[in-house]
Amino acid sequence: MKSRTFLLFVILSFLTVGFFLADLAWGSIHISLHEILSVFFGRESDGINSEILLNFRLPKAITAVLAGASLSVAGLMMQTLFRNSLADPYILGVSSGASLGVALVMMAASVLPVAFVSSGWALIVAAIIGASVVLVLVVGVSFKVHNAVSLLIVGLMFGTIAGSIVSVLQNFSNPDAIKLFVMWTFGSLSAVTWSYMHVLLPVVLIGIGMAFSLQKRLDGLLLGENYARGLGISIQQTRFLIVIATGLLAGGVTAFTGPIAFVGVAIPHIARGLFRTSSHKTLLPATVLCGASLILICDIISQIPTYTLPINTISALFGAPIIIWIILKKK
Amino acid sequence: MIEEKEINKFTEKSPSGGFRGLLTTENLSIGYSKKGKVDVVQSELNLQLRAGELVCLIGPNGSGKSTLLRTLTGLQKPLLGKTLIDGKEISRLKQSEKALLIALVLTERVDIENATVYNLVSLGRHPHSNWWGNITEEEDAFIHEAIKLVHMDHKMHQNINELSDGERQRAMIAKALAQDTPIIMLDEPTAHLDLPNRVEIMLLLHRLAHKTGKAILLSTHELDLALQAADRIWLMSADKKVECGVPEDLVFNGSFNRAFESKSYFFNAANGNFSMNYPMTKKVWVSGDKTRMYWTLRALARAGYMVVYDAEVQILVTEDGWTLNEKIISTVEELLLEIDCLFHNSDTNR
Repeated sequence: MKSRTFLLFVILSFLTVGFFLADLAWGSIHISLHEILSVFFGRESDGINSEILLNFRLPKAITAVLAGASLSVAGLMMQTLFRNSLADPYILGVSSGASLGVALVMMAASVLPVAFVSSGWALIVAAIIGASVVLVLVVGVSFKVHNAVSLLIVGLMFGTIAGSIVSVLQNFSNPDAIKLFVMWTFGSLSAVTWSYMHVLLPVVLIGIGMAFSLQKRLDGLLLGENYARGLGISIQQTRFLIVIATGLLAGGVTAFTGPIAFVGVAIPHIARGLFRTSSHKTLLPATVLCGASLILICDIISQIPTYTLPINTISALFGAPIIIWIILKKK
Repeated sequence: MIEEKEINKFTEKSPSGGFRGLLTTENLSIGYSKKGKVDVVQSELNLQLRAGELVCLIGPNGSGKSTLLRTLTGLQKPLLGKTLIDGKEISRLKQSEKALLIALVLTERVDIENATVYNLVSLGRHPHSNWWGNITEEEDAFIHEAIKLVHMDHKMHQNINELSDGERQRAMIAKALAQDTPIIMLDEPTAHLDLPNRVEIMLLLHRLAHKTGKAILLSTHELDLALQAADRIWLMSADKKVECGVPEDLVFNGSFNRAFESKSYFFNAANGNFSMNYPMTKKVWVSGDKTRMYWTLRALARAGYMVVYDAEVQILVTEDGWTLNEKIISTVEELLLEIDCLFHNSDTNR
């Protein structure tokens, strides 16, 4: 059993690295693996290629890894917290909360100091606050609503409310801001430049670090809150920490890439299916690797047509069927 | 041999020495207070839970069994008074400190995808394991022993979703054992189980209490099982009283009848069961074989016959049937029909 887990981790790691390199090579201009390696090892071959690689494709690929890992880890934590296999940041309206935060910043940009807005901190702070607020609301509702599907509907409603507020904001905004926002909602990995990476990377690392530090408590939560209390877990504190970690991960990524659907719900199921375990010690790194791989694949696929497809549509093509499959399996 | 050894491991660590009070309550009042409205369920409780004893908490619905359990485990605050474990007040302890004193088995169903019995029981080690939650050799030994104690060795690596309800309950008990606390509390552990499994679980808990020296408190509706398995009973009645004692003492002093007072049934001290109060108008006399007698009396009572010494209708219970007016009858159905005819005739004759 242990050797199987180890083998899976080795295979997944190789796959992730492989997809990462493929994502760097693929695009409107083909860059060979040989050239990629020579750029990385400082033996620059061609000025334009190294420019594309270092300033465009590399941050994009890193963003893909961060987005996949963050959304998957956030999804896993939410599924454990709500004891609901359909929970994920997008479905429960957390991404919509982040969108609302982003919309507020983008459309109010004229009033805010330019330096704050352009550094990316404004976006990420607004998105994290938006995500956390919705999450707190959903946690509050989950005390009253125990039915799994009802909770999802409540999450959808929160998402709809956030969406409506965004529409109202759009009505009062100038066309430039609206265009900027609409482009953002399509979801794009290439929006993250190196200067934004300075913001995104630490936020994601803190979120994932928090998730790993919570792994023992997450295992206890699988038993339900009363049993978890009986094991000496402080429920209030744990719930608070999970909300913060999920807010950082889902909000942080959504701030830059736009809402990416269904990765959060699909990946934890794939990880559980592959590793056949419920232990978060295994599932957390497993979701990180699976999530990173999936978004890298999505990004590679999105490059195939002449005009790059929004990442959101491709991830939905993967994720939505998995949700239908989970519901059918439960019956 | 193995069993002796594994039991020692648990007893060594439990802080009990003989039958002293492990958990005591002092003038405990339990209930709910919401928006200034206080609803007292029970008050002035001075209870004592001793090491190495199985205590069954019984009482009619609404007498506050769950409320008492929730209060004793510290999940709910008492209205007044306090609960002490080893001299420490439970409501002042941190969650993690409580987890080292009391292990719980609750009624809620645990559903974990991909978890085996071993995984489930290992969660019981949560309060003891290190920050990272690694299963060391010592932890592993505890988990194995807990599973052995509930006789689930053969299902150790089976998925918990494939277990029967009885096995699932035993796995939950193993999880509580693995937590290695001096006290285990169980909320209706025999609910949802069929009779063989109910008996099995009660016997198991009785054995565990005696062998491991733990204090085990459980709430149940199974009166007859509780009377047989419990070392001590906490009998709760709706009029804010809890009577404690050895089961038989509570039978003798009529506590059961008082606690479960009703017009339609009574506590039958002869067999430790509830018997229905049938309207009995017609009188018969029964004598004969002892083993068949009990069931004959039950059938007669249900059909409304009062057994009176030297009544006009006399039934003799034999080893393989009954004799009524020198007529040999072999089934209860025929017997009841025959008596019915007798009474019917005497009515029309008049």
